[in-house]
Amino acid sequence: MVKMNMVQALNLALEQEMTRDNSVIVLGEDVGVDGGVFRVTDGLYDKFGGERVIDTPLAESTIFGGAIGMAMAGLKPVTEMQFSGFAYFMLAQLEGHASRYRSRTHGLWSVPLVVRMPYGGAVRALEHHSESREATFAHFPGVKVVIPSTPRNARALLAASIRDPDPVVFMEPKRSYRAFREEVPEEEEVLEIGKAQVVQQGSDLTVVAWGAMMRSTLQAVAAIQERRSVSIELIDLLTISPMDGNTIVSSVEKTGRCLVVQEAPKSFGVASEIIAKINDKALLSLEAPVKRVTHYDVVTPYFGRELMFIPDVERISRGIEETLDF
Amino acid sequence: MPLHEIGNYSISFLQVLDEHGNLDEELEPELSEEQLIRVYRSMVLAREVDQRMLNLQRQGRMGTFAPCTGQEAAVCGPTLAMTPKDWFVCSFRETPGRLMRGETILQTFLYYNGYEEGNLLPPASRTLPVSVPVSTQIPHAVGIAYAMKYRGEKDSAVVAFFGDGGTSQGDFHEALNFASLWRVPVVFICQNNQWAISVPRNKQSHSKTLAQKAIAYDMPGIQVDGNDALAMYKATREALDNAYVGEGPTLIEAITYRLLMHTTSDDPKKYRSEEEVQEWWQRDPIPRLKRYLERKGIWNELIQAEMDDEIKKEIEAAVKELEQKTDFKPDAPFDHVFGTPHQEIEEQRADFLANLAEFGKKGAAHG
Repeated sequence: MVKMNMVQALNLALEQEMTRDNSVIVLGEDVGVDGGVFRVTDGLYDKFGGERVIDTPLAESTIFGGAIGMAMAGLKPVTEMQFSGFAYFMLAQLEGHASRYRSRTHGLWSVPLVVRMPYGGAVRALEHHSESREATFAHFPGVKVVIPSTPRNARALLAASIRDPDPVVFMEPKRSYRAFREEVPEEEEVLEIGKAQVVQQGSDLTVVAWGAMMRSTLQAVAAIQERRSVSIELIDLLTISPMDGNTIVSSVEKTGRCLVVQEAPKSFGVASEIIAKINDKALLSLEAPVKRVTHYDVVTPYFGRELMFIPDVERISRGIEETLDF
Repeated sequence: MPLHEIGNYSISFLQVLDEHGNLDEELEPELSEEQLIRVYRSMVLAREVDQRMLNLQRQGRMGTFAPCTGQEAAVCGPTLAMTPKDWFVCSFRETPGRLMRGETILQTFLYYNGYEEGNLLPPASRTLPVSVPVSTQIPHAVGIAYAMKYRGEKDSAVVAFFGDGGTSQGDFHEALNFASLWRVPVVFICQNNQWAISVPRNKQSHSKTLAQKAIAYDMPGIQVDGNDALAMYKATREALDNAYVGEGPTLIEAITYRLLMHTTSDDPKKYRSEEEVQEWWQRDPIPRLKRYLERKGIWNELIQAEMDDEIKKEIEAAVKELEQKTDFKPDAPFDHVFGTPHQEIEEQRADFLANLAEFGKKGAAHG
């Protein structure tokens, strides 16, 4: 076990997957010589060369559309969108083709590729560099959406995404890139896509979070548990789509109360979908309305104001108490 | 049937002042003393603003920004050629031109310090806010030009700025195609600063020049020494004059260089040599224009010192204003989601304000 941050853990996954399978290639803007603007692909160009680690022209649509062709012809492309805010250029290719090939051809063709993208706020960034738009991608059937929260699960989920037979949108919470370190096993580790993780077991309340919100949520849960005697179950969603509804529903059947923490705007988001799933399958177990702590339905403010909008420990703690005390 | 030539194309390069400040008198544009001093001062101001912002950024008093050092002539030359009736459509490395178009130093500072208040130039300024996603602003320029043509506006056009990396985006090609087809008044200015973050110009496109991309869309294309303010002025003047009389769009490729980092988050040592950077410092556009002004007898060290002092004071006044400004309305984002009120937004605003009252106001994340 070596302690590493999320950037190093993602780098390890890429390096190991590229060593394991020579059809795996990396392409995107500045991923080669520069090693990626966040250094996630650092060293790969030197190790694997420019044919497998491609510095592309500045054109997200063809980075991704080209990768579709590569995938259909037997390669395993791992593309990088420099920031999720620039991924909209590739949506026509994702919605129009990557998501549909399997279904369109009844399984004769498929598009196994990964598109990695840093997302999320609280890093003092310029416009378009702070959004959480996971719901946008999750709304395309045929596309898997994965969001890790720690170095270890980031490494194991990226490896799984590369081995997955379908297009995977792999969203990296950039606020967590260097925020903390965690022990990561040197030998390969793969986490199943489509499974949430119960990070902490409890019986009074279920809290669901993902991405960078996991950290604030863990802090809020710890703070509450210090001042009152409650047992909180905490679920890290990990895969946004296809969503692991069973883990959430079983938990809520046990606790009867639930809070969802989401960095994205309130409406039309992943939290809404979680609540709908609970409504479908566990309504009669509920002792309180399922609460959401989220961003607001505003255009993401520039960083001068952003911390007032992103859910923080205080807002999450209050949400927990209100749900417990309902 | 034998093959026969159906087209023959070439691309020219324009330079008026060479890197040693030698003038090609035949190409010298007609500019008044006032205009020359305006463009020179704008370039020096932009350089000093860059330096001050860099310094503030390193102290955590300014957010990430894209320095313009080295590219002042490529932006200020064209902006000098524009009138307030022309539209200025830029990406994120045109601060020198934005300041010429009426943006205050304080606004620039506010923008890069995380406040939309930096974007408050009124629409009548015909100067669009900064556009970050590469090349997405170019289609806007074409649409604006269409609207001008539709309304029968005379003596006005749109100038659209973007970088070498931007020419790889579909939006660039689509916009040029529309502009040519519609024959609308646009001047496309590619600031080819040789680097798209870490990707050098020769890995961006196999084309020998970026100007030649004009040929595909059947519009005039010219390559210009982008560190020569006079050449940039002259090329833009001609392109604008053509656009004004209904002759349609032009593509100008400015050969320049990004002397500093892509943004303050970037470390260029990782991908380019110090020798290359030093070579380009020798072609610095500012001393080149200064020598020209001196030779014309309209500039000397005394005037320079007065101007430097004035610029320094202007910048320091803006820094002071920035750091004293605290009257940012926390819930302003709720005011501007839509042009019409909506109950859902107002409910969320109430929740936001209640949180603020309970937990206190939070500033920006730490740098």
